[in-house]
Amino acid sequence: MTPNSVSTPPLLQAENLHLFFGGLSALVNVSFQVRPGEILALIGPNGAGKTSALNCLNGFYRPQKGHILFANHDLTRTPTHQISRLGIARTFQNIALYTGMTALDNLMAARHIRMNQSMFASALYFGAAQREEIAHRRVVEEIIDFLEIEHIRKATVGALPYGLRKRVELGRALALEPRLLLLDEPMAGMNVEEKEDMARFILDIHERRQMTLLLVEHDMGLVMDIAQRVVVLDFGVKIAEGTPSEIKANPAVIKAYLGEAEHK
Amino acid sequence: MAIRLAGDFDISYAHDMAILRNHGQWVMLIVFLTGLFALPFVADGKTLGLLNIIGISIIAAHGLNILLGYTGQISLGQAAFMAVGAYTTAVLMKYGVAFWFALPISGVVGGIIGLLFGLPSLRIKGFYLAMATLSAQIIIPWFFRNVRVDIFGGTPGLTIAPPRLGELVFNTQETMYFPIMLTVVVCTLVAKNIARTRLGRALIAIRDNDLAAEVLGIEQFSYKLRAFFISAFYAGLAGSLWAVYARSINPEQFSLLNSVWYLGMVIVGGMGSALGPILGASFIRILEESTVQLAPALSKMFPQAAAGMLAALGPLVFGLVLALFLIFEPRGLAHRWELLKAAWRLRPFAH
Repeated sequence: MTPNSVSTPPLLQAENLHLFFGGLSALVNVSFQVRPGEILALIGPNGAGKTSALNCLNGFYRPQKGHILFANHDLTRTPTHQISRLGIARTFQNIALYTGMTALDNLMAARHIRMNQSMFASALYFGAAQREEIAHRRVVEEIIDFLEIEHIRKATVGALPYGLRKRVELGRALALEPRLLLLDEPMAGMNVEEKEDMARFILDIHERRQMTLLLVEHDMGLVMDIAQRVVVLDFGVKIAEGTPSEIKANPAVIKAYLGEAEHK
Repeated sequence: MAIRLAGDFDISYAHDMAILRNHGQWVMLIVFLTGLFALPFVADGKTLGLLNIIGISIIAAHGLNILLGYTGQISLGQAAFMAVGAYTTAVLMKYGVAFWFALPISGVVGGIIGLLFGLPSLRIKGFYLAMATLSAQIIIPWFFRNVRVDIFGGTPGLTIAPPRLGELVFNTQETMYFPIMLTVVVCTLVAKNIARTRLGRALIAIRDNDLAAEVLGIEQFSYKLRAFFISAFYAGLAGSLWAVYARSINPEQFSLLNSVWYLGMVIVGGMGSALGPILGASFIRILEESTVQLAPALSKMFPQAAAGMLAALGPLVFGLVLALFLIFEPRGLAHRWELLKAAWRLRPFAH
């Protein structure tokens, strides 16, 4: 796979996004592409509009101007619950698990769109619903195995430590079997060891499961290590785009992160 | 995490997902069900009367639990939806429909009315939704009191003929016990099945994190409405059974206070557990019965307050119990039961 080749059409294309909250502009004329099979990182200082951009892809926010094209659909006009059916899954910065459910049920809940038992089949259970539940349980168990969370399968997620909850949330997104996975700060608040584990999972997901990833992250070292391309936002404006080495050398990026020297 | 007995292993996913996981549990279930249905042959009418009331309450509480406990949508209209079921049965039977057909129809009619009053849940949550469902509790009894008195009987209400099955007439506590308990058993199994499958997970997902549920493809509105339908369907069944049990219904029987009692049962029993409504309804109804038994004795002890004793004691005790549960065990009796089971399996160790 050659993620950087120009000939393949982009998997997702965001064009000229404008997003305002009253007088505050969160995104100004932002365009970027996600190419099939790549790991794209979206970086920027606090308040740069990274999460706002993800929220536009999810349909949480509706940009006032611009389009997001994915699988022949304009996501800015697609209801949120349909976007997952097109093949987009996501994790959240502040973890949005179903806290009252077990880890296993959290993952099973993500199989919702892949299941088609009716209300009545659910109520009767025996027969069709049971067969379907078991078939999907197998898929979910594979993900549990992959993320090494077998031991907490039946633990209520509300009671789990932070690092494990992050992992369960990643598992829930994987259980959707998406084509594009959006990760909003998957390493926030983790120690070095946990970060390394998470980086390993992300690379494994990319290589073994052939998923395209869009990653929002603060940890620069990590982004430069795992991302193939980087898009930089600052105050809602895209200031740079390129490979990690290009970004590291880009004066506009350095200025946004470190500020400008007063006297030159 | 549930603690299992030593030697209790899963050999397949079907086995892991089963409610009854070993022979011991099957034996217990069979003994329990045999005991349950053998009871009318040994117990007296008074006990059976209490059990019948408990049974009807369990059905209504199961319904409310699916809405409140699983979906997290508050409703103050459960008694009103029972009224819809009760009046549907009464009117259908007046026009010659057998009770056995009127029962499921009452459930469906109750469900549809419940679904209508669930429509505001698209826009509003929590306290505001409670106020919106309160409108059901005001409109529905008003409707049966004032509209088409020729059909619904107005304030005095309607009387209902006992259901028949061939030669058998269901007109005593003993005979009514069977249809009520059979419905309770089926309703409990269905509630449990809903909780452990796709539908239940979607409902709990909406309760726990509605935004994440949307992102994962669960259409909130459609599932909230399903929850309202199922909840009111259960209420409709409970109302229908109440109609043939009481044999006389009027709008006063389905007041706001009754809806609050059902809320209390779900809270005391434990929200979001299939066992909760059974424990909650039993506990509250037995408590209610005890206050009725206790009132005369208390009246003698406090003669100056004797006049209102019977009327005041029930709500007073109910309010106190509800407050105590909310403070000390908000997860209800079902949670206590789980703790007790775990402690029993771990004995003689503390953890």
